Amino acid sequence: MASFAARLQDNRNALGALFLLPAAVLLLVFLTYPLGLGTWLGFTDAKIGRAGEWIGLGNFEFLWNDSVTRLALFNTIFYTTVASVIKFGLGLWLALILNQHLPFKGVLRAIVLLPFIVPTALSAIAFWWIYDSQFSIISWLLQRMGLIHQYIDFLGDPWNARFSTIAANIWRGVPFVAITLLAGLQTISPSYYEAASLDGATPFQQFRHVTLPLLTPIIAVVMTFSVLFTFTDFQLIYVLTRGGPLNATHLMATLSFQRAIPGGSLGEGAAIATAMVPFLLAAILVSYFGLQRRAWQQGGKD
Amino acid sequence: MASIATPAVTDTQGMNYLVSLPRRIVTVWIPLLVFLIVLLFPFYWMAITAFKPDDELLSRTGNPFWVHDPTLAHVRKLLFDTGYPDWLWNTILVSVVSTVLSIFCSVLAAYAIERLRFRGARYVGMSIFLAYLVPPSILFIPLAAMVYKLHLFDTRLALILTYPTFLIPFCTWLLMGYFKTIPLELEECALIDGANRWQILSRIILPLAVPGLISAGIFAFTLSWNEFIYALTFISSSEVKTVPVGVVTELVEGDVYHWGPLMAGALFGSLPVAILYSFFVEYYVSGLTGAVKE
Repeated sequence: MASFAARLQDNRNALGALFLLPAAVLLLVFLTYPLGLGTWLGFTDAKIGRAGEWIGLGNFEFLWNDSVTRLALFNTIFYTTVASVIKFGLGLWLALILNQHLPFKGVLRAIVLLPFIVPTALSAIAFWWIYDSQFSIISWLLQRMGLIHQYIDFLGDPWNARFSTIAANIWRGVPFVAITLLAGLQTISPSYYEAASLDGATPFQQFRHVTLPLLTPIIAVVMTFSVLFTFTDFQLIYVLTRGGPLNATHLMATLSFQRAIPGGSLGEGAAIATAMVPFLLAAILVSYFGLQRRAWQQGGKD
Repeated sequence: MASIATPAVTDTQGMNYLVSLPRRIVTVWIPLLVFLIVLLFPFYWMAITAFKPDDELLSRTGNPFWVHDPTLAHVRKLLFDTGYPDWLWNTILVSVVSTVLSIFCSVLAAYAIERLRFRGARYVGMSIFLAYLVPPSILFIPLAAMVYKLHLFDTRLALILTYPTFLIPFCTWLLMGYFKTIPLELEECALIDGANRWQILSRIILPLAVPGLISAGIFAFTLSWNEFIYALTFISSSEVKTVPVGVVTELVEGDVYHWGPLMAGALFGSLPVAILYSFFVEYYVSGLTGAVKE
């Protein structure tokens, strides 16, 4: 026994495998296997409590001609694009502000990150109350200011609902973008700015030709994560609208939940979830490699 | 992080005299104030609604931004008439157990990948990172099927076993970055002195990696506290629900929304993570930015 332990000590491969074992078992059983199982379920007609039969592309053919699924796909792309672009803009702006010499830096940073920390489902409940059709504080305020005459139906009208959910998503996502970009900004050496200003560069030129190129690699990573999280968002929509009104805010994730769990069609739900994968990969490739190449073109580090 | 940030700050201040005060108010202070108001308002609104009596909540006259006659009625209803205490206990239990389990697995895995350098360590490291990119919204359906099959449906164990799927990849990735910063020489000295790998890990690496362990622990705890879709899918009885799911599914009854208890539930479900986070905000931020930059 002692010699076995000693041999194990000397063998990096055996020891490595032993150390990896707990993590590997959990991940293989509850991540890799379900990933495969999910793809397989997408090709079956499985229902809750009944194992499915292989039906080939049946689910996908059905979903392709299903107007609700098409609408959900449109919603997901719209939601992701609009929210990501605005999150990036506002996040970068907030990061630039926080990068100024400000008092209470630490406290400010802590406050800014707060929306990212608290459970999304719970902050979504607060937004639900803020968006209430009869007692919304936003409507109250706008009416007092004389800007509107009727309370806004934030979640009852398709386009209002789309923009209201996007606003809530932006509220939650901006802190993440801002804090990570701030960390990137703080690694840029101030001597670049000194050199640029000695050469007569305006603040905008400094931003355009110093800050942006040096920040591009971290922007690529942050936006990849942001797109990924937004595309697969579930909680916010589930709490605020459950996909309504008239499926106007259904995302792929909420639709697959609705079809699979309350609806019982595991196969169909899994097919919707599987259909998200190519879009996800494309979104990752575009946001990651697109920005990486720009970094390389501008002479940034590869 | 802070050590890199400090010189940058003192240096940029040197050029600040070029920017006049009125200009700074317009370009920095006003936008910052607007950002802070928008970011904090939902919390303020949550807190104020939780203590407002119903007639104030439903009146359109008077100043809605203040409580004139604060009440604890909503909190009392939440604590005594709903399953909230159970949900709180379940959330704590599930978060603590899955965090401890994930940290244990992640420490071993990160040490093995980063320091044992066994054959294929690089590929294992890459696949751990890819595992982090797999979103729960494409895993919950097959996981639900597995949970049924394993007779784990409606149990806390279902959550304890599935949460590590997103906790382990993140924590391992974060700890790998931390272990990388610990000098290899320390380990070599210990090996020469006759320490075995387990002793090196527990007596040398772990004490030096305490900040990393704190970041990973806080992250894992907040991520499991905030988890929603698995808890919504795998749990159906009120007694086993977690706070986010309980508040969303059980406190909304019919068409009459009880805004007071709902907001109180949201407030008390957010406070524990917010307080924990405020104590360790530096670790949290360094973990977040470190993991993204790796």
